[in-house]
Amino acid sequence: MALHSKHLLGLENVPKVDIQSILDAAVSFKEILERPIPKVPTLRHVTVVNLFFENSTRTRISFELAEKRLSADVVNFSASSSSVSKGETLIDTVRNLEAMKIDLVVMRHPMPGAPQLLAKHCSSKVINAGDGSHEHPTQALLDMMTIRETFGNFEDLRITIVGDISHSRVALSNIHGLQTMGAKVAVCGPPTLIPRALEKLGVKIYYDVDEAIANSDVLNVLRIQKERQEDGLFPSIREYHTLYGITRERMKNASRELVILHPGPINRGVELDGEVADGPQSVILQQVTNGVAVRMAILFLLSRGEGGRDELGS
Amino acid sequence: METVKAKIMDEDDIRRTITRLAHEIVERNKGINGLGLCGIRTRGVFVARRLAEAIKKIEGKDIPVGVLDITLYRDDFRIKRIGPGVQVTDIPFNPDDFTVILVDDVLYTGRTSRAAMDALMDYGRPARVQLAILVDRGHRELPIKADFVGKNIPTTGRENVKVKLKEQDEIDEVILVESGE
Repeated sequence: MALHSKHLLGLENVPKVDIQSILDAAVSFKEILERPIPKVPTLRHVTVVNLFFENSTRTRISFELAEKRLSADVVNFSASSSSVSKGETLIDTVRNLEAMKIDLVVMRHPMPGAPQLLAKHCSSKVINAGDGSHEHPTQALLDMMTIRETFGNFEDLRITIVGDISHSRVALSNIHGLQTMGAKVAVCGPPTLIPRALEKLGVKIYYDVDEAIANSDVLNVLRIQKERQEDGLFPSIREYHTLYGITRERMKNASRELVILHPGPINRGVELDGEVADGPQSVILQQVTNGVAVRMAILFLLSRGEGGRDELGS
Repeated sequence: METVKAKIMDEDDIRRTITRLAHEIVERNKGINGLGLCGIRTRGVFVARRLAEAIKKIEGKDIPVGVLDITLYRDDFRIKRIGPGVQVTDIPFNPDDFTVILVDDVLYTGRTSRAAMDALMDYGRPARVQLAILVDRGHRELPIKADFVGKNIPTTGRENVKVKLKEQDEIDEVILVESGE
């Protein structure tokens, strides 16, 4: 039941059976969070470094809680207060950490492919907590766990990712993971924020958000970064909201089963109205809870002992 | 390769043994007030459910049955690839102030029972914990002793006891197997 790979770098090429293992284990780990003592001794032998070269609140805290709930030792590292600012390379940084005997690195990095580089040159296990606009596999897995809790499975489920697809690691990881599980993935947004090449991945593209709403079971609404407006990719926040914002008005045309996800942080009134974010169809806070459970499952499965016998000693 | 050396219990033996264990549990605890069973996954759960049924026949009342998954509490997580995936623990009663009877199919090294006690303590503070076992095959590595034992089966190091239960294995039997080189 161990995963096929030593690392979790992205969801591209992760086999269905591994995604299934992670999602199944996460259900059990979610139960631990509800216990009077929400902690198990499983990873007492594991030391994890959370290596964050980019700001993050939710993901970092979620990882740290997951590690602590499993009794791992945790070291936090942020780039601003480290030797990286003195010019040390990424590989040197991690090799030095490894010399202090660590087992696992959770890394967020602005450069796409940074976790792959690390996995190649270091002996620790690596979990990608977001690399530039490439992948964010743990976010996609927690989205998938939340979707599965609502619908039971993914077969032929219509899931549309709305927003800035071009710059989104959440979108790419979701596309890979959901397609592996048999879902029908679509994207929706202004043409300037959608890479055409997505059609080659078998992803349907909507430029009209009302059409997307009418043809979806799940909307995963992405955050619109204000910097993108300065890059000239859309004229104004207000125009984006008018054309693509998920409003209560638009939701009137949706089926009652439509479920709204958002990876956070939300820009209320831009990509998503507060009323919808707090409404009955939103599962946004459920996503956050599931994030801890999914990360526990990944840490657990990657840390399993290798070799030895399969039998349980009674 | 494994060879079957002997069939130790058949379906009737298992049924009679569970009936006796049920009587012992009720007798020693003077009824079933404040009593809960907790089966250790996987086959311990089936033994616990059968015990609950037998106890109901004796006392005319239901006794709550919980399910304990101890994967996350095992002490060999670091060194062995662990077989079954982690599954949900579900204890339908608050163990605080309860007498909780842990139930498993085989008692061997005692490490599973140790892990089960640790897991249980994370759910509360039971007034008392007892251990009921279908088969005790010896070779303890920890100072653990069962309160209710179905059958003692002394084994050599190369022998193994296999409990098969219909819920999982399509047949009710206990066999002694020997592993060859």
